[in-house]
Amino acid sequence: MTEAPPAIEVTGLTKRYGPAQSGLLAVDHIDFVVQRGEVFGFLGPNGAGKTSTIRMLTGLSRPTSGQARVLGLDLQRDLPRIKKQIGVTPETSNLYDELTAFDNLRFSMQLYGVPRGERAGRAEALLARFRLADKRDTPFARLSRGMKRALTIAAALAHHPEIVFLDEPTTGLDVVSARGLRQTIAGLRDEGVTVFLTTHYLEEAERLCDRIALLVHGKIVALDTVDALKARVQSTTVVEMTLTCGRNGAEIRRLAGDDVAAMARTALDEAAREGRQVLALDTVRPTLEDVFVQLTGLSADTMRVEKGGKVK
Amino acid sequence: MLNDDLRGIWAIMLKDLRAYYLKPPNISWGVLFPFSFVLAFIIRDGADGDLASLAPGLLALTLLFSTSSMEAIVITFERRIGALERLLLAPLRLPALLVGKLLGGMVFGLMTTLVVLLVALVVLGVRGINWPLLIASSVLSAAAFGTLGVLVSVLVKEVFEAQTLANAFRFPMMFLGGVFVPVDALPSALQIVARAMPLTWSVDALRLAMAGGATSLALLDLAVLAGFTTVFFGLAVRVMARSSP
Repeated sequence: MTEAPPAIEVTGLTKRYGPAQSGLLAVDHIDFVVQRGEVFGFLGPNGAGKTSTIRMLTGLSRPTSGQARVLGLDLQRDLPRIKKQIGVTPETSNLYDELTAFDNLRFSMQLYGVPRGERAGRAEALLARFRLADKRDTPFARLSRGMKRALTIAAALAHHPEIVFLDEPTTGLDVVSARGLRQTIAGLRDEGVTVFLTTHYLEEAERLCDRIALLVHGKIVALDTVDALKARVQSTTVVEMTLTCGRNGAEIRRLAGDDVAAMARTALDEAAREGRQVLALDTVRPTLEDVFVQLTGLSADTMRVEKGGKVK
Repeated sequence: MLNDDLRGIWAIMLKDLRAYYLKPPNISWGVLFPFSFVLAFIIRDGADGDLASLAPGLLALTLLFSTSSMEAIVITFERRIGALERLLLAPLRLPALLVGKLLGGMVFGLMTTLVVLLVALVVLGVRGINWPLLIASSVLSAAAFGTLGVLVSVLVKEVFEAQTLANAFRFPMMFLGGVFVPVDALPSALQIVARAMPLTWSVDALRLAMAGGATSLALLDLAVLAGFTTVFFGLAVRVMARSSP
């Protein structure tokens, strides 16, 4: 029996906007494979090339060079067949304001050829799953931001796709909505759906993804499981210090290095110099944030910058 | 592949009609606009004027404005809010996507024109119509004006730009297309300009149909309208395919 091809195989994929030599190189000869049924995280700061990659893999833009196969089908030659088997949630919730939640789902199913007899039942089931059953007849325009996001993801699942592309699914959502969506994404893995997730939230990637590719300036600088990525910085110890900040606030600072005693001394000296009280001093296991900082050489704050320059 | 395209065309047409066209403000605007023209003529010529002769121009104007107005806006609007991307991601080819968009506008334009036609029959006393020719002329006119709207919408980025560009085509057509002044009465240079406009051929075909003229006399009109449709549609597909970054 022949083995099913991977969900996504990418070789030398490149995207340059503008003139051939001087244009902006958004994606720079990247290679990766996404296995079926895994949650694959594409992690990087804004402008790293995450959305450009998704747009190429879903047929919304043409690669400048390189090859990509989705479910074993060639992206250039078999795009219509690929489109039938993928669901896409873009960065902005882009359903139709004028249609109700139910009608938006039904329209998605109609477009993708879900048999007429199955549409209503499936739409109701999706509304229930995304906790939107009571918003069935509410126009999309009148839903909250979190509900719009949830419905947009539901629409991407309406035709039972084998792969779902989620571009920054929780950006801009409140804590409760984001948590609900993360649970839903985790549930997709249990159903065997392959999830290609882009995010600039390190904790989200750490919690959800089986494997992660770190993308910086259009290049993949690391690709591995979360544990394997962490193992790369395991020899490093992280000292975490909680300091008073203003009247009632607190600030957490992290130092990474080999000599715990020296780092603790440095941290305490810093606090004394600034006249601030140390509330806690601890050694912690390296997180994905530490991995990111070490492997990319960038500050962790780089990942906290939302589109438009706002810091999370 | 063809099945996917046909299913997509149908779904997009129905969605556009529900989401945009069949809203009370659009319906009332689509009907009110041509009637304001008739009223202006009645005020000018009095009830004794030859109102029946206005009917073809009135129908053509209704087709032009009701078909092209929303058509030019809908695609631009959806692109602006990101919703057009949903259709580009769906398993259908670009020409099919645009046909779905076109049909929404055409159906709305033909429905509005039907209302105006009923008024022409009842109030303006139009009789002796060549119905097959009237239907063919109306459908081909709606197709030509609708594809013009589609072309306008893919040429611009903002909704207000779409309206401005559409009006840059529509208003010269309105005055030179034989609605108010016969094309033969225009200076020869303007006659050439008028012949390059789809409204001129639409008015000519509709005039023949409403006068009960032979279909064979309108074959050139119908062929030219089909030609405009093909050219506008082909250009729109080309522009949109190239605009994919």
